[in-house]
Amino acid sequence: MADQLSAAWALLPSYLGQHVLLSVSALVLGLVLSLPLAVLAARDARVRWPVLALASLIQTIPGLALLALFYPLLLALGALIGQRLPALGFLPSLLALALYSMLPVLRNGVAGITGVDPAVREAADGLGMTPGQKLWQVELPLAAPVIMAGVRTAAVWTIGAATLSTPVGQPSLGNYIFAGLQTENWVFVLFGCAAAAVLALATDQLLGLIESGLAHHGLRRMLAGVAGLVLGAAVAVAPLFAQGSQPRYVIGAKNFSEQFILADLIGRRLQVEGAAAQTREGLGSAVIFRALAAGDIDAYVDYSGTLWTNVLNRRDIPSRQAMLADLTNELKARYGVTLVGALGFENAYALAMKADRARALGVSGLADLAPAAPRLTLGGDLEFLSRPEWAAIRKAYDLNFKAERSYNPTFMYQALRSGEADVISAFSSDGRIAADGLITLADPKGAVPAYDAVVLVSPKRAGDRRLLAALRPLIGRIPVEAMRQANLSVDRDQNKATPQQAAAALSKGIHLE
Amino acid sequence: MAVPLIELDHIGKSFDGGRAFALRDVSLSIAAGAFVALVGQSGSGKTTTLKTINRLVEPDEGEARIGGRPVREQPGPSLRRGIGYVFQGIGLFPHLTVGENIAAGPRLAGWAKDRIAARIDELLDLVALPRDVAGRRPGELSGGQQQRVGLARALAAGPQIMLMDEPFGALDPVTRLELGDAYRALHAGLGLTTVMVTHDVQEAVLLADRVVVMKDGRVLADDAPRALLAGHPDPDVAALMATPRVQAERVAELMRSPPSG
Repeated sequence: MADQLSAAWALLPSYLGQHVLLSVSALVLGLVLSLPLAVLAARDARVRWPVLALASLIQTIPGLALLALFYPLLLALGALIGQRLPALGFLPSLLALALYSMLPVLRNGVAGITGVDPAVREAADGLGMTPGQKLWQVELPLAAPVIMAGVRTAAVWTIGAATLSTPVGQPSLGNYIFAGLQTENWVFVLFGCAAAAVLALATDQLLGLIESGLAHHGLRRMLAGVAGLVLGAAVAVAPLFAQGSQPRYVIGAKNFSEQFILADLIGRRLQVEGAAAQTREGLGSAVIFRALAAGDIDAYVDYSGTLWTNVLNRRDIPSRQAMLADLTNELKARYGVTLVGALGFENAYALAMKADRARALGVSGLADLAPAAPRLTLGGDLEFLSRPEWAAIRKAYDLNFKAERSYNPTFMYQALRSGEADVISAFSSDGRIAADGLITLADPKGAVPAYDAVVLVSPKRAGDRRLLAALRPLIGRIPVEAMRQANLSVDRDQNKATPQQAAAALSKGIHLE
Repeated sequence: MAVPLIELDHIGKSFDGGRAFALRDVSLSIAAGAFVALVGQSGSGKTTTLKTINRLVEPDEGEARIGGRPVREQPGPSLRRGIGYVFQGIGLFPHLTVGENIAAGPRLAGWAKDRIAARIDELLDLVALPRDVAGRRPGELSGGQQQRVGLARALAAGPQIMLMDEPFGALDPVTRLELGDAYRALHAGLGLTTVMVTHDVQEAVLLADRVVVMKDGRVLADDAPRALLAGHPDPDVAALMATPRVQAERVAELMRSPPSG
């Protein structure tokens, strides 16, 4: 617990700085767009309806989806203008959050301006104010408190929604939450939520000071609010610039523990080579390869079977070595991506049983399972029973279970422990296999493709000697037992390690350090 | 005869794409220094007539001229800077102090700071408000005080013409009488030309030196109060103009009768 907290604290300056920088930029961009639009919409009812309807529509898109949508959008836009736009990280997060912040400002802006007493408008006209003078000297000052209330709402929303920028590769306080959810590290999840909440509340209070200053002509209150905001933002963002030069290498990670550990491990190797690295974690399985091919990330670990079916769209199942050779050639030829090599372990779908139960039934591999199957219950994770791997296994070994049930992964292991399920679909590098005394059933017919963990490098880093020198020592070096041990240290309920601690331990364990 | 200061020349105005007529063929000629009251029931077109003079309303037919020059030749805002405008809603700027409200016109005209500061004091004296209200917000003043500030604001840039739309309509009777008299004195003292809209015939005949009676967008009568009070061939005008006399006679009778009980 204390370990977790101190690990979380250590990451705070970087995450908070990134979070504040992103939120402030998005809010400023959102205001620059929405304030003039609010003025236009307040003046002209024909503009008002479409503008407010569009802003409301954007608001109905879940934040995570809006952020994700900017990835293909920016890729397409980049293709259209013939220039590569950064489709991951800061830019898509900035644009999505700016759009997200617009509705409250637009709505309050229109309400504030149209809500000005008609007598006051008539007086302004009667005095001979031009429309511009009326806007700046009368309508905007009178609408300012209402507009400011909209800005407050927008700020709180933006700070909250900025936590969702983690999956598109922009570090934020959301990194605590997403990493914590995946590794079941609730200290991290709570820490991230609390940090975002404190940030949002503090911002809201300071903006509230400005709002009440505007409403009651309290110049001192307004100045205190502005000073507090500027100072707070400066202090939060300072560590980003204090770090000096930006990290040179960007290492990607999908959204589970093993990926976090391996990304950290690669980062440690780069440090040894004298280079700085930054990880972009929590990237979607489908997004991450395209991000590598586009050069948004420099390197990451994927699995041969996944690349084979999802990237190359192949349905045949060649031998392990043939698949690796084909992948190496095809990825290079089609995408310019370098497959540096396999790490030495597999993370494949494998059926697992309790060791003693398997022994009692005389089962040591899938080939022995068919006679016992009609008396056994199969537990799969949520997608296993509908995946091609299960269809292939079932066909190859003629398996007919008494029942087939789907579980959330955590509950699947519990079902096996309690005897509700006799056989489960496990990932071969899952730490719980060793911890729960399970065995994985061998697949002598090769029904399931190999899922060798392989290191990939982006086209633009293909000739980067330092990166390759950092990665090569990892090739063939990580046995499945070491990976399971590392995964378990992060996934277990008690005495949890952070992915960083697990990477350090793994590095020592395989004598890299 | 010299060119009249304000001329309305066969003005017509309709709303709702011609379905509702606000004004039909209204012509008026107002000499410099005149105090003209426009009276009539609600919807008779008096406010619309007033607003064609400072282009808050654009007529469909005819034209308004000031000093012989058509008002439509001048941009609305710059035209209105030279004309005082006071209305029932007052419309003081709630985010500004009383002084800043009064300074609004001079500031638009680009006066120097010192001159504006001196002008604020001068106008507060003129409308009989203590100078220290300059630093207060309009919301802290009574209704009568607010309309005095409205008056001061309209006068601040030194207009020759004052357009007033029910200026004292929302005030209590005592304040109303007091402020009416005060304005009448200002009108004479500053040499203003005033056009005032009111539905109160008594106020019209007591303040103005010329009364224009309107109905359904037309001018029915246009004469000195004394002449109109004496009678008129049009029955509507006669009935309207009889009201102050009838009221006065009833009040006089009431005062002659012995106390009851």
